[in-house]
Amino acid sequence: MSETQLIFQLSQPGRSAVSQAPKPVADDKLSAIPAHLRRKQKPGLPEVSELQVVRHYTNLSSKNFAIDKQFYPLGSCTMKYNPRGANRAAMLPGFLNRHPLAPESHSQGFLSCMFELQNFLKEVTGMKGVSLAPMAGAQGEFAGVAMIRAYHEARGDDARTEILIPEAAHGTNPATAVMCGYKVREVPVGKDGDVDLEALKQACGPQTAGLMMTNPSTCGVFERQIEAIAKTVHEAGGLLYYDGANLNAILGKVRPGDMGFDVIHMNLHKTFATPHGGGGPGAGPVGVSERLLPYLPTPMAGQRDDGSYHWVDTDTLTTSIGHMSAFMGNAGVLLRAYFYARSLGREGMIRVGEYSTLAANYLLKRLEAVGCTAAYPERRASHEFILTFAKEAKEWGVTAMDIAKRLLDYNQHAPTTYFPLLVPECFLIEPTETETKEALDAFVDAMAAILDEARNQPETVKEAPFTQPVRRLDDVKAARELDLTWSE
Amino acid sequence: MSEIPAELRYASSHEWAKNDDGTVTVGITEHAQDAMGDLVYVELPEVGQVVAAGDEAGVVESVKAASDIYAPVSGEVVAINEALEDEPELVNNAPYEGGWLFKIQLSDESELDSLLTADQYQAQIDSE
Amino acid sequence: MPYIPHTPDDVRAMLDAIGADSIEDLFDEIPAHLKAAGKLDALPEGLSEMEVTRLMNDRAAQDAGAVSFIGAGAYQHHIPAAVWEIATRGEFYTAYTPYQAEASQGTLQVIYEFQTLMTRLTAMDVSNASVYDGASGLAEAVLMSLRANRKSKSRKVLVPNALNPRYTAATNAIVENQNVALQRVDFDVASGQTPLDALQGFEGQDYAALVISQPNYFGSLEEVDALTDWAHASGMLVIAVVNPTSLALLTPPGEWGTQGADIVVGEGQPLGVPLSSGGPYFGFMCCKQKHVRQMPGRIIGRTVDLEGKQGFTLTLQAREQHIRRSKATSNICTNQGLAMTAATIYTSLLGPDGLASVAGHCHANTQALADKLTAIDGVERAFSAPTFHEVVLTLPKPANQVLAALAEKDVLGGVSLANDYGMVSPKLENAILVNATEVHSDADLDLFAAALKEVLA
Repeated sequence: MSETQLIFQLSQPGRSAVSQAPKPVADDKLSAIPAHLRRKQKPGLPEVSELQVVRHYTNLSSKNFAIDKQFYPLGSCTMKYNPRGANRAAMLPGFLNRHPLAPESHSQGFLSCMFELQNFLKEVTGMKGVSLAPMAGAQGEFAGVAMIRAYHEARGDDARTEILIPEAAHGTNPATAVMCGYKVREVPVGKDGDVDLEALKQACGPQTAGLMMTNPSTCGVFERQIEAIAKTVHEAGGLLYYDGANLNAILGKVRPGDMGFDVIHMNLHKTFATPHGGGGPGAGPVGVSERLLPYLPTPMAGQRDDGSYHWVDTDTLTTSIGHMSAFMGNAGVLLRAYFYARSLGREGMIRVGEYSTLAANYLLKRLEAVGCTAAYPERRASHEFILTFAKEAKEWGVTAMDIAKRLLDYNQHAPTTYFPLLVPECFLIEPTETETKEALDAFVDAMAAILDEARNQPETVKEAPFTQPVRRLDDVKAARELDLTWSE
Repeated sequence: MSEIPAELRYASSHEWAKNDDGTVTVGITEHAQDAMGDLVYVELPEVGQVVAAGDEAGVVESVKAASDIYAPVSGEVVAINEALEDEPELVNNAPYEGGWLFKIQLSDESELDSLLTADQYQAQIDSE
Repeated sequence: MPYIPHTPDDVRAMLDAIGADSIEDLFDEIPAHLKAAGKLDALPEGLSEMEVTRLMNDRAAQDAGAVSFIGAGAYQHHIPAAVWEIATRGEFYTAYTPYQAEASQGTLQVIYEFQTLMTRLTAMDVSNASVYDGASGLAEAVLMSLRANRKSKSRKVLVPNALNPRYTAATNAIVENQNVALQRVDFDVASGQTPLDALQGFEGQDYAALVISQPNYFGSLEEVDALTDWAHASGMLVIAVVNPTSLALLTPPGEWGTQGADIVVGEGQPLGVPLSSGGPYFGFMCCKQKHVRQMPGRIIGRTVDLEGKQGFTLTLQAREQHIRRSKATSNICTNQGLAMTAATIYTSLLGPDGLASVAGHCHANTQALADKLTAIDGVERAFSAPTFHEVVLTLPKPANQVLAALAEKDVLGGVSLANDYGMVSPKLENAILVNATEVHSDADLDLFAAALKEVLA
């Protein structure tokens, strides 16, 4: 594939996509704007035709891997099929043209979808209340920990300065705790992937505001001592936070509320099949137990006795932690999730947890059979699992990163690499419930072939990829000689 | 095996310290730069800043990692290695020479004694 | 089974390979009493695509049909057909974050182009790949200013009361957990601007930054040069909050005063993103080169591959949560990739002249709307300052009551200022903020004027 020029390199002075903008405005109509506040030189935006723009961005799109093109087994990312019907429904003109501040009289259709989505999420997670306001998983985490803080503050319990986090956690967990003004204390994880309960007991105390954890954990296994963990944290006066990154594994099978969690966030762009869009937008609704209901972020959808819908905001929920955005969050993502929830229904949601787990356990067994090493061979996989290539790295000099890059040549997207940090040279693999058995088998074949190459012709793996628009990129140059914008 | 000069003292957080009449030059060890990989940025303290032993006094960054630098001794920062702004790779290429980070005017000479000797630091690396 | 491809034979073969008798066996590490079986009865039955589509069609139709003059941070614009046709191509729509750079050159190059577009619109040095929205972007900018202003030890920032109150509320909700305080700066009730006088009281005090909104919430244009110079002379950084459409006509923040703004944020929605009930939008964020390591969010750099060929990759990742964990600049992981992609296509299609034309129509239509509405007895402009594409009008009746009556006629006549500003000045109890853009025809403006006249009669 040839190098694509930048849109700026296609620009010619005086060229334009004429039909895209209204006719120019006579300058006297702008006379109310004082000259000293006017821009002196027009901005250096590209001057290109409509066809040039369409062709340029269509060509760029072809340089991406995507679920619509490839198997995409990124662990902890839940790259499942994104139904096209959800996109079409969310882009209905009535939804697209609705202003976020439209009066309730002109918002009943939208509000009804949001109200029902809140209820579905509440039900499937076993929580007592849900707010859809956070715009991404990380913002959901923020809202969750901010609620924990608000709860302790409301009780005058201001000695709680620490959030406990298992060492295998996502980086967002400690970053979030700090954004909420907390110190972070890490809790070790045992050799079987479960939290070290004795160490947790030692770490808990009057300074503990809460524990943030994922279950199934980032080690790809179900935390079997979850009830003992909940008891330990609660007895110390802390609250339990559920990071919903891995909710897909247990959707419809176990509810975080029943496990003892006080607050959770969900990633609708994972579990509820909304698209990742090349890195966003997502949506990170939060659910809470009874005692955190007063602190939910606003606005939320409510229903009156007469069946009509209304917004619940800080004027009535005065104890709320407040707004996470200018308006009500990523509404269009929520509509897509609503579509997905309605089309799955109760049985469909249960099947998500079942079949994602089936696919992961099958893929793990098949990969072990072709010579891959599982990090936790004695454990059931959840919806994802970890392989380690420490042996391959040591014996053949082929790293997990090399294998990841070589997979691209086999038209397979690489799994998550080097996460969690505590397993050396690892892959975190999540196949999801929407891939056929044939797709899983093709991935196994690719991995078997690459292991064979790693043994017999390691250079092929170390220099991969060969078939992509570019070869391996110089990240060091990118960071040392920052080139973040184009100049002619 | 990475080089660990016998005449220097070491912090367990992988800084080295060299005392010249009360002015202590600080850098990171060859072992530390090797573990980090190619450095892309070094953040240094400001001259005049007063630090206590164990305080964060800078950051070294590679593409995939970032690591805090801790002051091995207490005192006032009297010089920084400005060449690192444009050439962070000096730390990789010559960690004990051109890749030094900053100098501290020592406020308590006895703190040097609590740092590790080359043998002790070698033992620490071996046990990691 | 919706979206699940496995046949009964597949399931049997997969279970055999695993060595399990049933799918339920795969959950045998979970304590039995924790299982959800029987607890999900309140969830409805699944529906076919046709059924869900019909249901959502009906819901969407309920909310359609009104003519809207609401702005207040989200604006109606014509979006060229090509924008979302391309942005929703599966290759953009269903790709992940571009961590595997070689397999993500499309998304990465789009972001690099987006960064370039935003720096050119704002006249700043660098841009990130976008954050969630304008309001949360301001929260990030406030936190960033504390890190970037090394002269200041303050955890306080000056914020004009004439800033969109939704931005102030969201920013406060996000930063207050870190003991960061927003100090309000009054506006002049006659002009609708933030005067230098209002800042004099803060002179000689330690604040990390001054926020300047251009235009401000009332649509009024601020004297940005004087405000910027005052802040810099007082040792503060300047955080600009701007509307991207307006930048085709107005002085870009990089040229405010003698040194320009230090950090620029804003709501990117006007650049090709539909209103869609408030999101997904995207916040843009630019800064001076020297502050780039304090900027949160994803940043793309241009580099070469091992054959020397141009390529794009994530860079400065050591700032981010997946490496820096508790010491990251923010907990943010995503950008608003898809909305940002749409904005890149939109801005490229319009070009400098097209965007100026959109901005010009917005301004001219809002002026025309204000003229038509103020021709009605008792309706007046609230403020004397020049405006861009929004204007505050005072009414002879309470604003909330008038807006409700207009809504009954399917005219959404703007946003009431009563709740947010009624206590500042009694005249604002009866004030509305109205907006017109290039999408409003003369007939739309006349419709509003006729409806308002009836309601006030």
